[in-house]
Amino acid sequence: MSLLTLDHLTVRRGPCPVVDDVTLSVAQGDCVGLIGPNGAGKTTLLRAALGLERFTGHSSLAALSAAARARAASFLPQARQIAWPVDVETLVGLGRLPHAGARPGPADAAAVDAALARMGLEGFRHRIATRLSGGEQARVLIARALAQETSLLLADEPIAGLDPAHQLASMQVFAGLAAEGRGVVVALHDLGLAARFCTRLVLMHMGRVVADGPPAAVLSPENLAAVFRIRAWHADGPAGPVLQPLEVL
Amino acid sequence: MTRALLPGLAMLVVGLMLASLLIGPAQVGARASLAALAMGDRGPLSLVMREIRLPRAVLGALVGAALGLSGAAMQGYLRNPLAEPGLIGVSGSAALGAVIALQTGLAASYALALPGMALLGAVGAVSLLLLLAGPRGASLTLILAGIAVSALAGAATALVLNLSPNPFAAAEIVFWTMGSLADRSWSHVALSAPFIALGGALLLTLGRGLDALTLGEDGAEALGVGLMRLRLALVAGVAAAVGAATAVAGAIGFVGLVVPHILRPLVGARPSRLLPASALGGAALVLAADIAVRLVLPERDLKLGVVMALIGAPLFLHLIWRTRRELEGLR
Repeated sequence: MSLLTLDHLTVRRGPCPVVDDVTLSVAQGDCVGLIGPNGAGKTTLLRAALGLERFTGHSSLAALSAAARARAASFLPQARQIAWPVDVETLVGLGRLPHAGARPGPADAAAVDAALARMGLEGFRHRIATRLSGGEQARVLIARALAQETSLLLADEPIAGLDPAHQLASMQVFAGLAAEGRGVVVALHDLGLAARFCTRLVLMHMGRVVADGPPAAVLSPENLAAVFRIRAWHADGPAGPVLQPLEVL
Repeated sequence: MTRALLPGLAMLVVGLMLASLLIGPAQVGARASLAALAMGDRGPLSLVMREIRLPRAVLGALVGAALGLSGAAMQGYLRNPLAEPGLIGVSGSAALGAVIALQTGLAASYALALPGMALLGAVGAVSLLLLLAGPRGASLTLILAGIAVSALAGAATALVLNLSPNPFAAAEIVFWTMGSLADRSWSHVALSAPFIALGGALLLTLGRGLDALTLGEDGAEALGVGLMRLRLALVAGVAAAVGAATAVAGAIGFVGLVVPHILRPLVGARPSRLLPASALGGAALVLAADIAVRLVLPERDLKLGVVMALIGAPLFLHLIWRTRRELEGLR
C-alpha cells in the first residue's frame, strides 16, 4: 500500500524551481534514502510533501487535514530545536500530541517507553533534554518521532553529527521500521550508510529526481560523477555493500 | 512539587486578597472589617470595604493574572524567556488611548472614557499589527511589527505630552502611565473583567500548540498544530487581556516577564503547565506589590508600576545571574 504519493510536485522560489516536477511514491516496507548534493532540494521536497511549503502538483500527505496528517506521518526537521529545558520523557511524549486526548493514557506511556527503548535512551528518561550533548539530543528527537507511531517517517538528516555507533544504530532503527511494514524516507549525506541500510535510493540534483531505484543502480559511477562530482570505491563484500568516496573529480 | 503548585499558588492569591482587604488608611480591625464586608450594614466601614477595598483587590488579581498569563503565552510562542506581553505593542497603544483621553479632557467628563479610549488604543494596535505582520509568517515578523507599533505609540504619547499646554494635565498623564490600582471602582472591574476573562480563556486553550512549539515551527506544524490559528488566538488573547488590564491599571511592567521566568523550573519548563501557574503567580505578585504600595509610604500615593519595577528589576538581575552561573557551570 502506498504511504506517500507525490505527483508532479513543484516548489518555486521566485521564478526558479527548487523542487522540479517530482513524481514518486513510498510504499510499506520502503526505507528510502533521499540523497543529493547540498541545495539539491531534499529538505524542500520533504517539507512540501508535508504541506509545510507552497507547491504545485499533488502530495497525498498535504491533502490530509493537519490532524490526520500528524497521525499518518512523523517529521524530523533538519534544525534540531529543543526550546525549553524539559526532561527527555516529556520531550519524547510530545510525539503523542496527535493521538492524546485531554490527558495522556496508558497507550501514550507505552509508546514513549518503546521509543526510548528503541533508541537506547532508557537511562536518559529524567535528564533535562537541553543539557544533553548534540548527538544525544538528536537521538532524543528521533525517539520523539518514533513515539508518534506513524506508518510513515520523514527524517531530514537525522544522523548528521552522531558518533559511528549511533549512526549505525539509528540507521538500523530506520531499516527495522521498514522491515516491520512501515515506510521511511531519510535524507542523508553518508552514501556508505545509504548503500548499506536503504532498500531504495532517490537521487536529487538541482531540484529534479535523476535516479530512483535499488542502491547499487543509483550509486553508479556515472551518477556519482555527474551529480556529486566524486569518484568512489564500491564493493559487495560478505558484510553487504561498501561504498567509500575517494576523490573529487 | 509540581502537583501541589497550582493549589499552593491559588491559596497564596486568596491569602493576599484577604490581606489586601484588611490593609488601608482606615485603620480598622480585621474582624470588624470582614464583618462589615459580609453584613453590608450600609455604614461607612461597609462602604469602604465593599466599594473601595474589594474592587481594588479583585482588580489587582485580574490585572496580575492577565499580565502573568499573557507573558507565559508570549514566551511560549516566541520560545524566548525574554518575551513579555508589551512586545506586541498593546500596552503602549492602550496607554496612548488613555493619554489622549486625559489630554482632551474626555476622562474628566466621563468616568469610563479613559479605560474605554485605552481599549480602543489596544484594538487599533492589534489591527495595525496584523496588517503589518500578515496572517502567515514566522514569529520574527510578529516581533518586528510589535516593535514598530510600540515605537509608534511611544512617539505619539510623547507628542501628546510635548504639545500639552497644561502642566497639570501633563503631570496627570505621567502619573497615570506609572500604573496604579488606587481609587478604582466596580465600574473598572465591570469594564475589564469580560475582556480579561475572554482573553485569558483563549490563551489557556493554547497549551498543546505551545508545547509542540518546543520542537520549532516545522516540528509543531508536522504535529498537526495550525500555526496561523495559534498566532491569531495568541494576539487576540494577549490584546484583550493586556489591553483591558492596561486600560484600568495603567502600564505595569515586569509581571509578564518575571513571573513565567520564576515559575518555569517549578512546572518542568512545560509551556502548557506554565500558563495557569503564571496566571495565579501574576495575580499574587500584583496583589503583593499593591499591598506594599499601601504599607511603605501610605501618605505619598506610591505608584504600583514604580514599585513593580523596583521589585522586578533586581529580581530579573538575580535571574540573569543564576542563568549565567548555570551556563558557566555547564562548561
